Amino acid sequence: MYLATTGRRDTPAPPRSGGAGRRVPGTVLALGTVSLVTDVSSEMVTAVLPLYLVLGLGLSPLQFGFLDGLFNGAAAIVRLLGGYAADRGRGHKRVAGLGYALSALSRIGLLLAGGATAGIAAALATDRVGKGIRTAPRDALITLSSPPEALGRSFGVHRAMDTTGALLGPLAAFALLWATADAYDAVFVVSFCVGLLGVLLLVLYVPAHQPAPPPLIPAPRGRKAFGALHDPAFRRILAAASLLGAATVGDAFVYLLLQQRLDLPVSWFPLLPLGAAACYLLLAIPAGRIADRVGRRLPFLYGHLALLGVYATLLAPVGGPAPLLLVPVLALLGVFYATTDGVLMALAGPVLPADGRAAGLAVLQTGQALARMLAAAGFGAAWTLWGAGPALWAALSALLVALVGGWALLPRNPVDAPAPGKPGTQIPERRTA
Amino acid sequence: MSAVGSPRTATPLGPRARIAVVVTAVLLLVGGSVGYVMHARQRTEGQRTEADASFALGGPALYFRDTASGRVAHQPLAGARAPGARTAGVRTAGARTTGGPACDRFYASDDGALCLRAKPGVLPKTYAIVLDRQLREKRRITVPGVPTRARVSVSGRMLSWTVFATGDSYATTAFSTRTAILDLRTGYLIKSIENIQLTIDGARYHAPDVNYWGVTFARDDNRFYATVSTKGRTYLVEGNMRNWTAKALRQNVECPSLSPDNTRLAFKKKVSDDPAAPWRLYVLDLRTMRETPLAERHSVDDQAAWLDDDTLAYALPGASGRGSDVWTVPADGTGTPRVAVEGGASPVAVAGTAG
Repeated sequence: MYLATTGRRDTPAPPRSGGAGRRVPGTVLALGTVSLVTDVSSEMVTAVLPLYLVLGLGLSPLQFGFLDGLFNGAAAIVRLLGGYAADRGRGHKRVAGLGYALSALSRIGLLLAGGATAGIAAALATDRVGKGIRTAPRDALITLSSPPEALGRSFGVHRAMDTTGALLGPLAAFALLWATADAYDAVFVVSFCVGLLGVLLLVLYVPAHQPAPPPLIPAPRGRKAFGALHDPAFRRILAAASLLGAATVGDAFVYLLLQQRLDLPVSWFPLLPLGAAACYLLLAIPAGRIADRVGRRLPFLYGHLALLGVYATLLAPVGGPAPLLLVPVLALLGVFYATTDGVLMALAGPVLPADGRAAGLAVLQTGQALARMLAAAGFGAAWTLWGAGPALWAALSALLVALVGGWALLPRNPVDAPAPGKPGTQIPERRTA
Repeated sequence: MSAVGSPRTATPLGPRARIAVVVTAVLLLVGGSVGYVMHARQRTEGQRTEADASFALGGPALYFRDTASGRVAHQPLAGARAPGARTAGVRTAGARTTGGPACDRFYASDDGALCLRAKPGVLPKTYAIVLDRQLREKRRITVPGVPTRARVSVSGRMLSWTVFATGDSYATTAFSTRTAILDLRTGYLIKSIENIQLTIDGARYHAPDVNYWGVTFARDDNRFYATVSTKGRTYLVEGNMRNWTAKALRQNVECPSLSPDNTRLAFKKKVSDDPAAPWRLYVLDLRTMRETPLAERHSVDDQAAWLDDDTLAYALPGASGRGSDVWTVPADGTGTPRVAVEGGASPVAVAGTAG
């Protein structure tokens, strides 16, 4: 329903190539549906996994955290491979499909592993490899099937559907646990079935990308796959995203700080990410549309101002009832994701050549992810050493510096955006959303 | 499936055929899911959560959680130590008797027991269930979090439990725990002992990040030991219920367990930064403050239980397919560890002399 309303509320401001921006491309909707279904499947498992491991296997949360961190690091490397393979003519759809299939199959691994820790670790690793492989080819497919001037909206639609799945997954999982008196295997089986459906939808409804005609000389193909790194515009985007990523401390810390500041009941803790996700879900499409209109550079940078707002709000000496702090922090976090996640892909997509796009996006995502991991580690260390307040001040200063750097680094108007986007143009749009 | 990613065709089938395939697949997958869920439901429906009428506390016996059924079981505890034997002092033998309450963590005195049962959900909860000698439910307290440690004082008067407060904090700084103490004589419940007056290095200590876990009570039902963690360090604290104070005795002591003669503490010590095997079991002599590493070389993540003054029992991850096994090891650093229960956890020795 969101698509319908936002799809038609066209304001006359930007010149559009006839009708191309009117409808969200079918491929994007298909990919969005696949992501929605797959996220229901994977978030079902993610939601119950800590409980299953800690209760069923006696694994301590610390060990689980370690495993998780290890696999996330490995996923960054696999993502590069996935992007490379997709560009090397294996086809975006085939590589993405392999990723979705691997994740679905990992549920069977969880089921068969029983209590064996090694089996569980292997299943978790398979899931992360699948997730790593599919991300870049999928995002490349979105850029390749959308008109460049409507890319922001396409990503907004995709991310909104993706987040919907992520919100539904845990609900489904706990409904199942409730219905079966804590049969975790039932969660894994249903997750597998839902995951298979996702793969099937991808196979049936996502058209395979027609690869560009093979180049006359086969030699430069390898160079081309990561050739984007030679492109100054792309290098600037990569540098800006990594710089800003290195000043992004991570949600887990934000929730932890909120919980400490407000002395929230522990039972509230799992609800905090849901609040931010709901806000992200609501704003993803409007933010993408704004990005299409004013150029993606400004929303991306302003989005980091929202993150700055998160840090500042956490530092502010707010008294009074908890919602006074809770609502702005979660809302700003949602704004931050809505205006930076898909928008960054929309910003970088058009800069990359079609046959190097998946690899280029993979490099960008990996650079950003590594920078964020670094930021999280640094913030954790600062918190331990100096306490929460000084650590937050450090993060705030780092983000300010990164913003100035990002402002200078990000190429102006890679797409056809009208010149300086004033914040004023955003406000009426957001209100109607 | 064979058409995955075929680069020649845009999509493999016509629109009608695609819808037919999707509808068929949805029907099959929904059918499979519903079938499995019904099957799982039937399987779990028959499971009782209360103890069978014939199952009570009595001894001498080793009580534990049977990992296959999730219910408490017991087996005879051959208390007679072979004279002069310095290996595992207690030998267990005989078939196990099942039929206890369903618990994720269990501990008992001769006079009553504490059963922690997890209730998964969007907000996971733990039921702390107080049981009498017949293992009938006397009182139930619901707290948010996932159960991890349970202790009952020798007299059965003082109870304590620790839960993991769940959240996304796993991958970041550390996890967060909540420890409660319940006095059955007064009925007074302290839901979180975080507000106890803590002294570290002789100075009153204030920090928002204190986490307590693994309480163990002395015979006087007043003194207790526990672990507190703050700023990335763990300390052994000695607590006093009456004054509501706690003072840190030394660093790097987790999950203390006081010996029946109240002279020694078994605990897990962090000996390695390798997250796969961080801990080793030690015993601390409270008079000399001397530590002795035990013969168990595996990393033990458990609050050990004393079976007698010379023997400790604890759970280790089991061989493939089993949740965990209960092992025993002499408390003086000699001997070799032995398996006492295959497929068990939460061991506790019940003497059965009371009443």
